[in-house]
Amino acid sequence: MSVVRASHVWKVFGRNEKEVVKRIKAGADRSELTDLGTAAVIDASFEVSKGEIFVVMGLSGSGKSTLIRMINGLWAPSDGTVEIAGNDISAMGSNELRQVRRDHISMVFQHFALLPHRTVRENAAYGLGLQGVARSEATERADNWLDTVGLGGWGDKYPNQLSGGMQQRVGLARALAAETDILLMDEAFSALDPLIRREMQDQLVELQASLEKTIVFITHDLNEAMYLGDRIAVMRDGRIAQIGTSEDILTRPTDDYVANFVQDVDRTRVLTASSIMQDTNAVVRHTAGPRSAMRLFERERVSGLFVIDSTRHLLGTVSDRDAVRAAREGATVLSDHIETDGILTVGPETPLSELFAPSSTARVPLAVVDDENRLLGVIPRIAVLNSMSQVGPSTSEMPAVTPLPATVEPQDDVEPGQDDPDAPVPKPGIAAAGNGADESDDAEAAVGESTAEAGGPTSEGPADDTMGADR
Amino acid sequence: MSFLDFLYPRVPLGKWASDFIDWFGNVFGWLLDGFSWLMQTTYQLLFNILAFPKFLVDNGTIADSSVLRALLIFVMILIFAGIAWLAANWKVALFTVLGFYAIWALDQWENSMSTLALVIVAVVVALVLALPLGVLASKSQTVSTILKPILDFMQAMPALAYLVPAIVMFSVGIVPGAFATIIFAMPPGVRLTELAIRQVDGEKVEAGQAFGATSTHILFKIQLPLAMATIMAGINQVIMLALSMVVLAGMAGSGGLGGEVVGAISRLNVGIGVEAGLAVVILAVFLDRMTAGLGQKTPLERAKRAAA
Repeated sequence: MSVVRASHVWKVFGRNEKEVVKRIKAGADRSELTDLGTAAVIDASFEVSKGEIFVVMGLSGSGKSTLIRMINGLWAPSDGTVEIAGNDISAMGSNELRQVRRDHISMVFQHFALLPHRTVRENAAYGLGLQGVARSEATERADNWLDTVGLGGWGDKYPNQLSGGMQQRVGLARALAAETDILLMDEAFSALDPLIRREMQDQLVELQASLEKTIVFITHDLNEAMYLGDRIAVMRDGRIAQIGTSEDILTRPTDDYVANFVQDVDRTRVLTASSIMQDTNAVVRHTAGPRSAMRLFERERVSGLFVIDSTRHLLGTVSDRDAVRAAREGATVLSDHIETDGILTVGPETPLSELFAPSSTARVPLAVVDDENRLLGVIPRIAVLNSMSQVGPSTSEMPAVTPLPATVEPQDDVEPGQDDPDAPVPKPGIAAAGNGADESDDAEAAVGESTAEAGGPTSEGPADDTMGADR
Repeated sequence: MSFLDFLYPRVPLGKWASDFIDWFGNVFGWLLDGFSWLMQTTYQLLFNILAFPKFLVDNGTIADSSVLRALLIFVMILIFAGIAWLAANWKVALFTVLGFYAIWALDQWENSMSTLALVIVAVVVALVLALPLGVLASKSQTVSTILKPILDFMQAMPALAYLVPAIVMFSVGIVPGAFATIIFAMPPGVRLTELAIRQVDGEKVEAGQAFGATSTHILFKIQLPLAMATIMAGINQVIMLALSMVVLAGMAGSGGLGGEVVGAISRLNVGIGVEAGLAVVILAVFLDRMTAGLGQKTPLERAKRAAA
């Protein structure tokens, strides 16, 4: 059930709000109507359900701050309705509205908005005081929340004595202490420096896991939106351009604007193992005989197989050489030749950024397993690298490095994934491309060496770059 | 009205103004009498308190040149110093002791107390009017727009020009002086209060609203505390302007240091002029340092010092 519901909400600043709404509905562009008024929010509709983090993302001037201020009634919509738990707040009188703000909605501000003449404790207890909670109880509860956000013992200080990050923790404690079900966060972390910001984001996620508040979070930082948001609304020029999960927005942008917007996003933190994992047929039951395994090697043109039991639990791998040896020795089952070393497993929710390191050292594709170690799919190194190619300057430049002489040695060390039929380009090309097309000279040199060596270091290149980017 | 009248215009504004004052006096005589009574009474009360040894001498309780009278004056000096210490610091207290002893030594004690009493009464009335007007102006653009030219007028009009209609309305004495002082000293109080409240960070006001505070709560618990430093600067300005105007009020027969200065001018008596003038300077420094000291005692300033 939705806790916050906005339906066809408009906000126009200016002398003639209704007229502007009417004209834009009739098809006028908002830039033609600047004399009459500025349309800050145009026909925005969304619902936020209980326990959800709903992120509104847009550049400055896109109307996101106005939008959040209509949720707690600081601005009254020019048209449309905003409902909190089913009650239309735009129809409320000021007393009723104050009551809703006290009991249901609290807010965290970009520049903290703490009262400098009150102590940290008094600031944290601010909402409680307004709710009419007795002073001693308010103090105690405020102290508890200060402890929760990591500011235990700072209660007697004044906000000016705290660093920016700590001040925003006070702001967070103030909002949480009010114990409202809805939390509005207006660019709450934007004024903090990147490291502190990351820390605060982690803390919010951690708190949210236990508190399950309904959070509306405003930001202009796409990475922040992707990291925090269960769902994201992208705003542009007052309109909501798209609402969806971070993966929706990244992989299925509704228009060019959203697509352009997300092109710089650090997708290694958004995309998860499940989104790039592949089905594989290179799987054999542990009860199968070596001969059937060898048929599989031939058919799938791989040099290693994953071994599973009857309920798809991953047991290990078997290499083509071991299978041949087993056949020669006349073994009937493969179970004695299963290797468990060197196999790396990841969960389906593991972000891409955490796949680079294991993928670069693994000799076989990464296995994606669920909580009970059941094989869900595999991620060949090529898939990890390929996922990055969408971030690069342009995919069309990729072929520029592929005409390199293919010096792949097909025998011995070759990994099953290298021969994956879905891979668009042969491995040397991609490995070199990982360092950027303009470094093809280096790539050529690298290709002279053995593939395994070239593949290792080069594939780490993009991983480091991306992880260092932005955040 | 002929073309010649247009070429050689003479607008009888002065006559209109004086007619208006007459009319106002006739219609609102009770109001003027009430104001007059209020000013007169509070001033007299305050003067009797500040200069109580004189009061005792006048009704014959103590002798004019007795040791007791001097001791009572010294007690007053110490009380002033104590107030200065509370409001500011020991340095201002020390200055107060030396300065007020100098006033006593210059034989300007009673005149100074008269002037101080008049300043306090005028400043209190000016602030009672100025602060709410400033708050109102900060809340409403309309009020602000209307007030602006009126305040400009009040400030730019030569201070002496107030005295004439004031004397017409209240006849000579301390009341026209107090009236002119209130009008002259009020504008910075209104302006700086408006400015101070408008300058309060909008996000902090929003925070109050977002947590469900009433507008009264926001005004008294958020806006005024945060605006206090600037408001105190306004109050300081009001006091300084009041002090300068009170001296001019001597022309309207309000006595005190102003009366001495005006008397010195008319008799070309350099000595008295210097002595009374110096007493004014000492009072001015005392009041200025006191209000500046009070400005440092607001909760916000205390919090800032804690951070330093």
